Amino acid sequence: MVIQLKALCLITLLAVSSCATKQTSLYDSIGGQSKVEQIVDNFIEELQFDQSIYPYFADSNIDRFKEKMSEHLCMSIKGPCEYTGDSMVQVHSSMNINETDFNTTVDLLIKAMTKANVEHRHQNQILKHLTKYRKEIIYL
Amino acid sequence: MKNKQRNHCLYTLLFFTFVITEAIAGSGKLLATSGITQIEGSGGGGIVPWATIAGYGSKDEISASAFYSQANLDDYRLHVLGANIGLYDRLELSVAKQTFDLTSLGGEIEQTIYGAKVKVYGDVIYSQWPQLSVGIHHKELKHPLIARALGAKNTSSGTDFYVAATKVNLGFLYGYNTVWNITGRFSKGNELGLLGFGSSAEKDYQFLLEASVGVLLSRHWAIGLEYRQKPDNLGLKEDDWVDAFVAYLPNKEFSLTLAWAKLGTIAGAKKQDGLFLTMTGKLW
Repeated sequence: MVIQLKALCLITLLAVSSCATKQTSLYDSIGGQSKVEQIVDNFIEELQFDQSIYPYFADSNIDRFKEKMSEHLCMSIKGPCEYTGDSMVQVHSSMNINETDFNTTVDLLIKAMTKANVEHRHQNQILKHLTKYRKEIIYL
Repeated sequence: MKNKQRNHCLYTLLFFTFVITEAIAGSGKLLATSGITQIEGSGGGGIVPWATIAGYGSKDEISASAFYSQANLDDYRLHVLGANIGLYDRLELSVAKQTFDLTSLGGEIEQTIYGAKVKVYGDVIYSQWPQLSVGIHHKELKHPLIARALGAKNTSSGTDFYVAATKVNLGFLYGYNTVWNITGRFSKGNELGLLGFGSSAEKDYQFLLEASVGVLLSRHWAIGLEYRQKPDNLGLKEDDWVDAFVAYLPNKEFSLTLAWAKLGTIAGAKKQDGLFLTMTGKLW
């Protein structure tokens, strides 16, 4: 009887914990939409102050960039969004981005996340999701 | 007098390190992903060369660094002073001077190590498989007397060949970035070559395994463990080496690593444990 009870408890625990892990996406862990927007806002600010990266964005429509990047970030970290912009290759193909600029931009994103008080471990997980697109961004 | 010369050289190097900053600056890699400098002058951990090319230079950049290491053991003290240059994140050239003070017995042994490493595949963070490099360490021993007395076959020079695979995994361990490295080395070196190369009983190259694992606790702090297999050509119970390290990387110009090294028996003297400190500074 005791063993059965224990087993039942264990099964319940496992069920609860697996539900819990399923429900918390990275998007939720960092604080949802407002945090995503905060990161994107900070990122745009960082871009504007970086002499080597700013030229890539000089002719961009900042409002559109902000909207699409928020969607893209949200989608990449399993938030409830759909990315409606052009493909990563389309967006970056005429920019001739090299490895140095890519890595500088990652550094700027880290700064943007730090300013938005995103926890170090969540920053790494976000980077892991976003840098999957590296091949679709550099040396096109 | 010798000590004075060495210190003078060190201060000069450090001076340049701090004064010349980002002139032709190669800084295109992510902070803490360039690794540090190992005791033979190559980009790596503390005692193991990694597949990473030294410095923060990316595919479009050149980056040079100088470093100084000191290990204080019970009966010995090892100083290493050197520099390396990373060319386009593809080729690394290095030179290091090791001075091994026999603090208990008196005297010193010196060797110069010329290194070259070529990246053959990948990117330590972004490629699917680990970054892969091949390299050599050519060692020229200056004081052959002790090596000869202990029965080394060659007491003037030796060359090691190695293959290294290194991978950084973003957010791998509860969200922390991790790094692992495995290196296979062909060597005849006794105690890195400080006690000569091979012996009358062991003339051939031996295959030795080396490994490192690390966790990046933040953008500026990393901890890890290293292991380096060693041969025992001279029959002096030469031990494998292990260390546990803490690295502080405040920026892309400077890093400081403190390790607890367990180097075992060296030339008959047992339990050579001690602190091992490495400073690496960017030259350009």
